[in-house]
Amino acid sequence: MSDWTVICRVDDIPVLGARRVARPRGVDVAVFRNGEDQVFALLDRCPHKGGPLSQGIVFGTSVACPLHNQTIGLDDGCAKAPDEGCTPTFACRVEDGNVLLDAGELATRALDLAAPRAGPTASRGAVGDATFEVQAPHGE
Amino acid sequence: MKKMKLVMIGNGMAGVRTIEELLKIAPELYDITVFGAEPHPNYNRILLSPVLAGEQTLDEIVLNSWEWYEQNRIRLHAGRKVVEIDRVRRVVRADDGTEEPYDRLLLCTGSNPFILPVPGKDLQGVIAYRDIADTNTMIEAATKYRKAVVIGGGLLGLEAANGLMKRGMDVSVVHVMPWLMERQLDDVAGKLLQKSLEERGLKFLIGAQTQELVGGDDGRVTGIRFKDGTQVDADLVVMAVGIRPNTELAEKARLHCNRGIVVNDTMQTVTDARIYSVGECAAHRGIAYGLVAPLFEQAKVAANHLAQFGIGRYTGSLTSTKLKVTGIDLFSAGEFMGGEGTEQIVMSDPFGGVYKKLVIKDDKLVGACLYGDTVDGSYYFKLLREGRKIGDIRDRLMFGESNLGDAGHQGQNRAAAMADADEVCGCNGVSKGAICKAIKEKGLFTLDDVRKHTKASASCGSCTGLVEQIIMFTAGGDYSAAPKKKAVCGCTDHGHQAVRDAIRANRLLTIPDTMRFLEWRTPNGCATCRPALNYYLISTWPKEARDDPQSRYINERSHANIQKDGTYSVIPRMWGGETTADELRRIADVVDKYRIPTVKVTGGQRIDLLGVKKEDLSNVWKDIGMPSGHAYAKALRTVKTCVGSEWCRFGTQDSTQMGKDLERALWRMYAPHKVKLAVSGCPRNCAESGIKDVGVIGVDSGWELYVGGNGGIKTEAGQFFCKVRTSAEVLEYSGAFLQLYREEGWYLERTVHYLQRVGLDHVKARILDDHEGRQALWERLQFSLDGEPDPWFEQREALVDTRQFSKLDAAAQEA
Repeated sequence: MSDWTVICRVDDIPVLGARRVARPRGVDVAVFRNGEDQVFALLDRCPHKGGPLSQGIVFGTSVACPLHNQTIGLDDGCAKAPDEGCTPTFACRVEDGNVLLDAGELATRALDLAAPRAGPTASRGAVGDATFEVQAPHGE
Repeated sequence: MKKMKLVMIGNGMAGVRTIEELLKIAPELYDITVFGAEPHPNYNRILLSPVLAGEQTLDEIVLNSWEWYEQNRIRLHAGRKVVEIDRVRRVVRADDGTEEPYDRLLLCTGSNPFILPVPGKDLQGVIAYRDIADTNTMIEAATKYRKAVVIGGGLLGLEAANGLMKRGMDVSVVHVMPWLMERQLDDVAGKLLQKSLEERGLKFLIGAQTQELVGGDDGRVTGIRFKDGTQVDADLVVMAVGIRPNTELAEKARLHCNRGIVVNDTMQTVTDARIYSVGECAAHRGIAYGLVAPLFEQAKVAANHLAQFGIGRYTGSLTSTKLKVTGIDLFSAGEFMGGEGTEQIVMSDPFGGVYKKLVIKDDKLVGACLYGDTVDGSYYFKLLREGRKIGDIRDRLMFGESNLGDAGHQGQNRAAAMADADEVCGCNGVSKGAICKAIKEKGLFTLDDVRKHTKASASCGSCTGLVEQIIMFTAGGDYSAAPKKKAVCGCTDHGHQAVRDAIRANRLLTIPDTMRFLEWRTPNGCATCRPALNYYLISTWPKEARDDPQSRYINERSHANIQKDGTYSVIPRMWGGETTADELRRIADVVDKYRIPTVKVTGGQRIDLLGVKKEDLSNVWKDIGMPSGHAYAKALRTVKTCVGSEWCRFGTQDSTQMGKDLERALWRMYAPHKVKLAVSGCPRNCAESGIKDVGVIGVDSGWELYVGGNGGIKTEAGQFFCKVRTSAEVLEYSGAFLQLYREEGWYLERTVHYLQRVGLDHVKARILDDHEGRQALWERLQFSLDGEPDPWFEQREALVDTRQFSKLDAAAQEA
């Protein structure tokens, strides 16, 4: 059973842009709006090196990762050849101008994937910001 | 909907490539039928020479297997020759009576070898060198016979001779012209080639004119008699004296032919728009190309029109040549013979077997002929294609690219010496071996192909030269870098200059207008073209074209540098590198307040706060209270300074003040790429002015200006530009230079590459010789910068979308 929950208005997302949706646990979800006002939701994490896809340039039904320019399909979350790898997608629909995501998915999906780390905490293994900690896999 | 019928006549490389391109973009549009005269699927004709030489097998050179035709539902009539095209009924008929109707017809009949019209040409053992059957005949002959004669000392003839020799035959090459490969080499290089081939065991009869072929009683050739009465024995005669476009069928169908089937820029025959022609049989602007890269370009254009996309034009190709005889390095391109109105630079070392000739016309390289050392072939070919002025590098041109400053990572000369395991593309971790393997196994010929299949050179592009060179010696003589002009990206066929020109000439003010006007292929471009278009618009029409934040990289959209973990670095601007206790105190407070993990001094004398979360960016800027450093942008970054005459015991000029003045005059200046300046107070050059886009060095009598320095991927020392007396002149000359770069540079082209393209003389003419022009440039720059907002403190004016900094929260919405 789906439990659709309103995230924002379509107009809250810039055309050819994205917004980040915070989750209680796990990496953010990125919601994208393309040139034809279609809305897509992906884990905000490039399958290549974990770049925040929400910060990339959106075109057609793709987004270019801001870190290394890998092109990820917004519809399937998968990198375009010759790159490989996919990022998890989230069910997403638009109703009366509202963007809806599945609350169940938000709470459970892809919690085992962590954001990349950089800086002194990453290399020296010191206790870093809690959001950088690798989280335990979660059954779906 | 009923599918249209596409019939292709000829099953060669150019034709099948067209079908491949067509299937990629319009897979459902046609029922496709192919007629091929040879009883084989499509194979790589270029690799027949290695097959003859025993280096590869026939199976290995098949490009599209029988299964490929089946999988793509293409009906292949192999071994059937089309003998008639009925243009009224729109039906083709093959020699066995098979008929196929068509809506569109693709003529790819290739070319026929030219056979000398001498008596005895029909004897057994006399063949041309064109297809698998010829190759098999030669391989078989080599097992039974001893003496072979190849008529024709061109590219193909020499490859045939080399192959037969490797198969154990005693081979003589007959060549009527005064030296070998006269279409590709001059006399000196031709004779060097002959010498090294003789050392390998080939014999040559130069200037010999064939009178007739002599046969024995069994009807097989036994020798050749020449016009001067001499004679040589031969059990096998291979004629490789040239090819002719095969237009027999087209002429019968009354299509206009003139040294090939005449086609226009869309590859349609001029006679019948339903009929297309690509490949060696087609004459485009009077040229029938015999190299594979131009043919593939043609295929792309034809496919685009067959798919009814209706955009894309083929405008011709420049070609270069390389011989595929292992161990012999020769390269030629363009007008290598020279001639009237040209100058030549020649380097000749016959003992060492090295010869190089560069042909120059109107200050541009127009031809090159290299023998023995061809590592710079791709570099010269690039210069040729770009038609850039070479006046400023003329004295070093002969020594190749590695001698134009520090070779850095570009490494044009490294390709040949590299081991298979060596990394070529650092961005994507692609080794030389992986590239070579892909080229060989997948039959790649163009840079685009290699990028698509291996990802090499697809990111930062700094290894492009290296990759081109690898293609050149792996794919051999058939690599040529068509098309003449590089498109901005896959969304368009237009190059950067064409886009710039169109925006200016047609007063285009928005990205959608520009895309519509230039018939972009994609609805909203891609991550490559949109930032370029955005820059061209705002630099061409300041204050009129509106900036589009969604067409900027994230660094410019959020006015901070994205880091590998998705956090940002913030660099406040410190004029000329000077700061105060107050500023330092504020920076320290911000570091504490936002728990910023790292504080670092940059190479440009600024303080970098690393690890700022995006949510905090707005407040970090506000709390720091210093102007934006633009250290994230394709814009003016820093003006680095030394302490100068104020403090330094050697200082001749107040470099810190000059740096502050320059920075205040130029900040907020967007440019094709990042721009860095430096001012040194004396020639000791402590600010490292020699490797900056504009470097200023104080001397007793004033200031010296250097331009086009670069400390990036390829380290380049700046070139001396001029000397001026006053600070005001430093501002005006530097500003005018940067404005010219802003107006003429291509997006992501550093000043050094811009200067390489247009030549330093051009820039000098515009700024040093043209007093009014210089002032106008300086004024245009000031006009563009006047009132430009600081993105950190005037967010609305700078069109910063502040929504990006906050996160959405599902729970909050529900409440």
